[in-house]
Amino acid sequence: MMATRNLITEPVWMRVSLTAVALTFLGVLVVLPVAAIFAEALSKGFGVYVASIIEPDAWAAIKLTLLVAVIAVPLNLVFGLVASWAIAKFEFRGKSFLITLIDLPFAVSPVISGLIYILLFGAHNFLGNWLIENDIQVVFAVPGIVLATIFVTFPFVARELIPLMQEQGTEEEEAAILLGANGFQTFWRVTLPNIKWALLYGVLLCNARAMGEFGAVSVVSGHIRGLTNTIPLHVEILYNEYNFAAAFSVASILTVLALVTLVLKTIIELRFSGFKTRRG
Amino acid sequence: MALALQKPFARTRYSVIPGFGITLGLTLFYLSLIVLIPLAGLVFKTAEMSLPELWRTISDNRVLHAFKISFGLSFAAAVINAVLGLVVAWVLVRYRFPFKKLVDALVDLPFAMPTAVSGIALAALYAPNGWIGQYLAPMGIKVAFTQLGILVALVFIGLPFVVRTTEPVLADLDREVEEAAASLGASRWQTFRRVIFPHLMPSLLTGFAMAFARAVGEYGSVIFIAGNMPYVSEIVPLVIIIKLEQYDYSGATAVALVMLIASFIMLFVINWLQKWSRSRREG
Repeated sequence: MMATRNLITEPVWMRVSLTAVALTFLGVLVVLPVAAIFAEALSKGFGVYVASIIEPDAWAAIKLTLLVAVIAVPLNLVFGLVASWAIAKFEFRGKSFLITLIDLPFAVSPVISGLIYILLFGAHNFLGNWLIENDIQVVFAVPGIVLATIFVTFPFVARELIPLMQEQGTEEEEAAILLGANGFQTFWRVTLPNIKWALLYGVLLCNARAMGEFGAVSVVSGHIRGLTNTIPLHVEILYNEYNFAAAFSVASILTVLALVTLVLKTIIELRFSGFKTRRG
Repeated sequence: MALALQKPFARTRYSVIPGFGITLGLTLFYLSLIVLIPLAGLVFKTAEMSLPELWRTISDNRVLHAFKISFGLSFAAAVINAVLGLVVAWVLVRYRFPFKKLVDALVDLPFAMPTAVSGIALAALYAPNGWIGQYLAPMGIKVAFTQLGILVALVFIGLPFVVRTTEPVLADLDREVEEAAASLGASRWQTFRRVIFPHLMPSLLTGFAMAFARAVGEYGSVIFIAGNMPYVSEIVPLVIIIKLEQYDYSGATAVALVMLIASFIMLFVINWLQKWSRSRREG
């Protein structure tokens, strides 16, 4: 017994060195940057830290970021539920092509995600001219930022739900329908309890990305301080002004958000071992 | 596929579950509105350019250098991620050590962190006076504001992909096969190379392709550490932004179209690899 165990594992020195390589790699690559953010944020003391966050321009950026997330996340949440219902509960032609299309925003560079809205609403076509005549600003204003954020966070909820719902099949829903439940009751009482943890994780990821998106938003925002600056854009401005302590202080808000997202994910996974998140 | 073209999105099996028409209809509507129409706009915009004009924009020396830097460094970063990501996945699946759950959660951090925040953090770490940079500077190694800096940022953002694609395959691997190989006299290294690695290959390639695709388009975490010198450390997404800032909309669009085509190809390669990977695991 002991002999076979030894044969299918590596010698101790090998195990120790592989573990050391993995932990060093993660430590240098992931842990140090996070530590650096908080160290730099607090480098000029706690007073400067708080002052950088409650200063009016930073505060305006925080409010805009919250506004964008409040619009983008629910829309993509509803879309994710609707799309995964159609894809997981029915058989139809072109399904895998549809899944590929839903994945598209993941494959596109964030800069291009912003560019497409500039081309669509910028003053270079009939739509752009019509918007100018009616005094509606989309690009370089809040609507453009919201649209670009929706695009970038489009697949998050759907991608968490589709594989899980496909795995769960349709038997429970069919039973509910045959017992007389209507479609909405079936979804609310049967499907939703089965997918709630994956749904929660999808929403958390979607929200973290919506609040943290930089490339796409940077293209469509006019970088107007206090007006069209989200938190990441405000961080960029502060950094480029060599105001490092303030830049890292504001950045630490988003770092905390990312850490909370991961802690919640780990708790969900630990408590509900049936639910395993998928990445891609 | 021919069938799919004849009658797209037609149901192929009857079901008592309601809501097919409305949910699929809403999905296609929202997908078209947010993703397909805006992307089609980019293609139409490029169609306004004449072919020689398009070619001149893309084959411009500065643009070509950016393509070489973006694709070359993304490839290098994906290779590093494939090797070290596999080591991380192996250690997480097979060995026991304290705080393993915490370490496992850390792998997702590059995915959850806003790119601009990672960008300034990496730039601060690797600057000549930074925590890591101060030890590298005396050795003559400059990371921040060089191509090496871009590489570090791309390895950072690509980390989760290889780990997360190979982890489940490693966990599912039947240990009896390894026992069989060992009892037939294979050394541990031979077992890994001949038995385990072929099983891992599809998922490893999937993770590699995902990390590469993500790196090619990455902007936020790179620009702060890159230095952004034309011909030396300027990535393609930045070239697009610079062209936009100069109101050269058609130039920006032309470069973006090349990137977009590359992303489409990557997406189909990844889908194909995932299918292969799945059939390997089930078969």
